[in-house]
Amino acid sequence: MAAEPLLKIENLVKHFHVRLGAFGERAATVHALDDVSLDIVEGETLSLVGESGCGKSTTGFTILNLHRATSGKVLYKGQDLTALDEKRMRRFRRDLQIVFQDPYSTLNPRMTVGEASGEPILFHNLAPKAELEAKVAALLTDVGLPPRFASRYPHELSGGQRQRVAIARALACQPKFIVCDEAISALDVSIQAQIINLLLDLQEKYRLTYLFIAHDLAVVRHISTRVGVMYLGRLAELASRDALFETPLHPYTKALLSAVPETDPEHERSRKRQILEGDVPSPLAPPSGCRFHTRCPIAMEVCRRVVPKWKEARPGHLVACHAVNGE
Amino acid sequence: MTGKNRLLDVRGLTVEIETRRGPAVIVDGIDLHVDKGETLGVVGESGCGKSLTMLSLMRLLPNKIRVAKGEAHFDGRDLQKMSNRELRKVRGGDIGFVFQDPVTSLNPVMRIGDQLAEPLIYHRGMNRKQARERAIELLRLVGIPGPEERIQAYPHELSGGMRQRVMIAIGLACEPKLLIADEPTTALDVTIQAQIVDLVKGLREKLGMSVVWITHDLALIAGLVDRVVVLYAGTVVEDAPVDALYASPRHPYTRGLLASIPKLSDAPASRLNSIGGTPPEPGRRPQGCPFAPRCPLAMDICRTHVPKLEPVSAAGSHRAACFAVEKALEAA
Repeated sequence: MAAEPLLKIENLVKHFHVRLGAFGERAATVHALDDVSLDIVEGETLSLVGESGCGKSTTGFTILNLHRATSGKVLYKGQDLTALDEKRMRRFRRDLQIVFQDPYSTLNPRMTVGEASGEPILFHNLAPKAELEAKVAALLTDVGLPPRFASRYPHELSGGQRQRVAIARALACQPKFIVCDEAISALDVSIQAQIINLLLDLQEKYRLTYLFIAHDLAVVRHISTRVGVMYLGRLAELASRDALFETPLHPYTKALLSAVPETDPEHERSRKRQILEGDVPSPLAPPSGCRFHTRCPIAMEVCRRVVPKWKEARPGHLVACHAVNGE
Repeated sequence: MTGKNRLLDVRGLTVEIETRRGPAVIVDGIDLHVDKGETLGVVGESGCGKSLTMLSLMRLLPNKIRVAKGEAHFDGRDLQKMSNRELRKVRGGDIGFVFQDPVTSLNPVMRIGDQLAEPLIYHRGMNRKQARERAIELLRLVGIPGPEERIQAYPHELSGGMRQRVMIAIGLACEPKLLIADEPTTALDVTIQAQIVDLVKGLREKLGMSVVWITHDLALIAGLVDRVVVLYAGTVVEDAPVDALYASPRHPYTRGLLASIPKLSDAPASRLNSIGGTPPEPGRRPQGCPFAPRCPLAMDICRTHVPKLEPVSAAGSHRAACFAVEKALEAA
């Protein structure tokens, strides 16, 4: 990758300290994110996939400093965001936005659509009050809502329309980078397609960079430039969309892809799935060595003891697996 | 069309909800049937009435929602006319249920072994010891490791996938003739989803039961069902054998739904063929065809008249409710 990445994430770690037991008598650590390094290139859509508890959302939150990193760095324009306090972080929030899964709980029910989408503009002093109305109208048009919606309240909108408002809010301060945290997962299929199209249009128009966090691999395959697969707080594999879907290297990626159903009855009936046994282990006590070894069909002795290195197996194709030989 | 083979036959089922402005129709005259040994997929988006249809069969509807019209024959008997006592024998006995969310469906203060034993004691007259042994067998059947110890567990001690397996085990406890599964994998991760789908496929063959699988996911059921019924705003818009539905969907809504799902063959970052607009809110259905406001083929008649579900294939097994389809067929 020749271009300087927009965001450089280095050895990011996030542990949560929790108390267990009926009286909170036992202290424990959730290993939500361990040693994650990746670059996000300007204009790309980098997707993170994996099952619940794999750390994909934590990655998004920690990059935006919504969770304080336990260790590691997030470099944006040469600045390590993890070192900033909330006040100094504010300057960067303009550039780095997020859209959440459930627009019902993220939109203030007592604010109109216009107030909600205009709030970031006022907060960051991006336009004088006199121009606010025009700005909001332009924003709503951008996300495919008629400007008259500005006077409506969230409860008057459908799920898809609410998600458009959430996107308008994220767009309001002309960001460079948006984390889409399961932003389309709660929507019905026909509405989901509308929002995917909207995200693609906006990306083209404003040259946005997305970190797209999702568990629906069909959607991820559709919109991504590159895809990272996470398992239990670690990156297992990271590659271009085509390389990941056509020549996956990590046994977990292979199993994940084999579990995705297609809308083709004949293919579905005849296909041999590689079904993983058991459940994802608890992040309270992740397995030693490679965290996937307890479910891995090709686990070897070394996998139980040694954490596999994050290595470039092919140009631009990174993987953490003892069974894959690096070049 | 009715033969000896028909297990469930629902005709003209209409469900209403009480509102301040009077009753509003949310399921509008649904016809559907399931043959013995058949697996039927019921597909639709949120609010289309797919869950309510199945709940109303068992008279499990929430307050203020009631069946206004219609018949539902199960194994030759009308479920709507049964007494509560008779119906209790069918629920969990001949018809097993698996709900979407095992967290709210399982009793949190009861050991899973006891929850499994309950239907066996009630429906099959087993004693506690027999029921316990059968419960262990059932847990083994649904692939829960260490079933002898697990029957002592409470729901919160199990993972999401395990809880859903327990739900399936309860649904299957009395070897029902019909298993109704309402979005049983929606809350689960994709690898666990694959496990559950495989499990139900295997059990269906082993036990020879019929299955109704309610879902919003057309890809998930492609390899699982024999026939698909597509619901939109409380009506059946298409009913077809699974291969015909995916190969040549006839209703514009089904076509739109299939086109909305990203496919392997799509060019990267290409636009998806989405359906414009949003489904009508339950109880605020437009006059005429409920899909007309979003339909690319809508004609004048669609806005005034409701299309009937009519055969669109020579064999009559593929049916769609659409005026535009009839036009296309006449032209061909």
